[in-house]
Amino acid sequence: MYAFSQAAEQKIEKILLKYPNKVSALLPLLTLTQREESYISPDAMEEIGRRLDVSPAYVQSVLTFYTMYSTQPVGKYVILFCINISCQLNGCDDLLDYTAKKLCIEPGETTPDKKFTLKREECLADCTRGPMMRVNDIYHGNLTCEKIDQILDSLA
Amino acid sequence: MPEMKLLFKNIDRENLHTIDVYEDEGGYKSLDKLFAMKPDDVIAMVKTSGLRGRGGAGFPAGLKWSFLAKDVFPRYLCCNADESEPGTCKDRELLMKNPHLLIEGMIICSYACKIEIGYIYFRGEFQDAADLMDECLEEAKAKGYLGKNIKGTGFNLEIHTHLGAGAYICGEESALLNSLEGGRGEPRMKPPFPAVEGLYSKPTVINNVETLCVLPWITREGGEAYAAIGTEKSTGTKLVSISGHVKKPGNYEVVLGTPMREMIYDMAGGIRDDNNLKAFIPGGSSVPMLPADMVDTLYDYESLKEAGTMLGSGALIVIDDQVNIVESTTRLVSFYMHESCGKCTPCREGTRWLYQILNRIMDGKGADDLVEKLEDICDNMEMKAFCPLADAAVAPVMSGIKHFRKDYEDYFKKMAAGAV
Repeated sequence: MYAFSQAAEQKIEKILLKYPNKVSALLPLLTLTQREESYISPDAMEEIGRRLDVSPAYVQSVLTFYTMYSTQPVGKYVILFCINISCQLNGCDDLLDYTAKKLCIEPGETTPDKKFTLKREECLADCTRGPMMRVNDIYHGNLTCEKIDQILDSLA
Repeated sequence: MPEMKLLFKNIDRENLHTIDVYEDEGGYKSLDKLFAMKPDDVIAMVKTSGLRGRGGAGFPAGLKWSFLAKDVFPRYLCCNADESEPGTCKDRELLMKNPHLLIEGMIICSYACKIEIGYIYFRGEFQDAADLMDECLEEAKAKGYLGKNIKGTGFNLEIHTHLGAGAYICGEESALLNSLEGGRGEPRMKPPFPAVEGLYSKPTVINNVETLCVLPWITREGGEAYAAIGTEKSTGTKLVSISGHVKKPGNYEVVLGTPMREMIYDMAGGIRDDNNLKAFIPGGSSVPMLPADMVDTLYDYESLKEAGTMLGSGALIVIDDQVNIVESTTRLVSFYMHESCGKCTPCREGTRWLYQILNRIMDGKGADDLVEKLEDICDNMEMKAFCPLADAAVAPVMSGIKHFRKDYEDYFKKMAAGAV
């Protein structure tokens, strides 16, 4: 059975107070699990369903709709690389290639040491600073090869 | 005066996101005036201002509020902070730099519409903005701007943040409601409209971040003062994200009715490397693109409609003459294929077919009848789905063919010569 950490339990209590209908807490609980575990396991789906009084199948049908959830473990750092129009016009394709080569993986993959997951991503709403990427919660804009080196090399 | 800062006034002041600095800038002052008014008078004031929804559709905000089902409570306010329209990043700037402005705006809307619970729906990637907003909501509560019996008026309001998890379609208002209710973000059939049956089947107002952020100014200065800015039907200012091949990309606040030439060449510094302008998309990727010779079109709802496009979310994407439009179109169609929720057949299948045909053209595996095929598929998608996503996918394809057919023909010529 899946068990939330104590810190997560405290957060869940607060989350449930926000809504008149507890199913509304589904996305927040999935996000919490994703952040704690780096993915959402079948056990976690079952536990979340139990808490919110919906079936595990319902939980799964919702989580697979959204791109930010993963049913497989992802790297410590998730790099979302924007490939949409404004970034494309400013050369994101070459920079994404550069990043993939640097990490020796293809977009969509995780490095063997589980440090980085690289994902091709649709518009992240930072278009005036394109090309850009998001590394975990942090937005990085006006990217160049040098800047990418600097950002990724500084991560422990 | 093309630039005018109502929302972006002192946007770069240090620590504007803290309540002390915000109050020092005159923040929350509009509430004194607000609470001296009757709710219906606030709605009338917003109608007078001519303010139109800044999320994309441009529907008059005051009119939208007046559609709320009479005497049905509770009612909800949902702020749409799911900013995902390619090219658009103006709401993020407000959320990161001036979050209290949104809270103040939500207080005004809620008071006018007799709402006691508001949600801010952030796109999942805006975790940083949502965390900041949580702090700001606490600050506002501690100062008595939120909570029970605000400033002794008997008016109660609580506001909560809610994060999505990566789905463009959740910016569509009924999909946003489904997502907020803990479901898949699929659009609902309308009617009923959210004003009658919205969140938890209750009357609901859904407004974009920027729309709500205009309200403190209107409340302070009056509806007439706002209506005096801009054009007769497109009043006020609009935040515009200018991106792509310009020297100074950025978010600019422009008076509606400004010629786009001024926006591209003066504000944004002109085209990179002094290349020539080829095309521009004036309102985010979901609206038809225009060719360079239409750059003198005025930036307002009516002029852009007359030009065959839309103001949309206010994202001006600038494309220079080094670009082949088929390539840009394919990138955009790939986006819509990825983001189609799959509920309606024309959108789910149509976006994929468009993508496959565009790739065949670029790979040199087809003939010029493929343009007709693209047009035929577009015809079977447009206005034939629950929500506007299918129409949005059609926009770059049809406008690209209309204005830049030569780019398609270049591929076919190369193909005939065996060069692709």
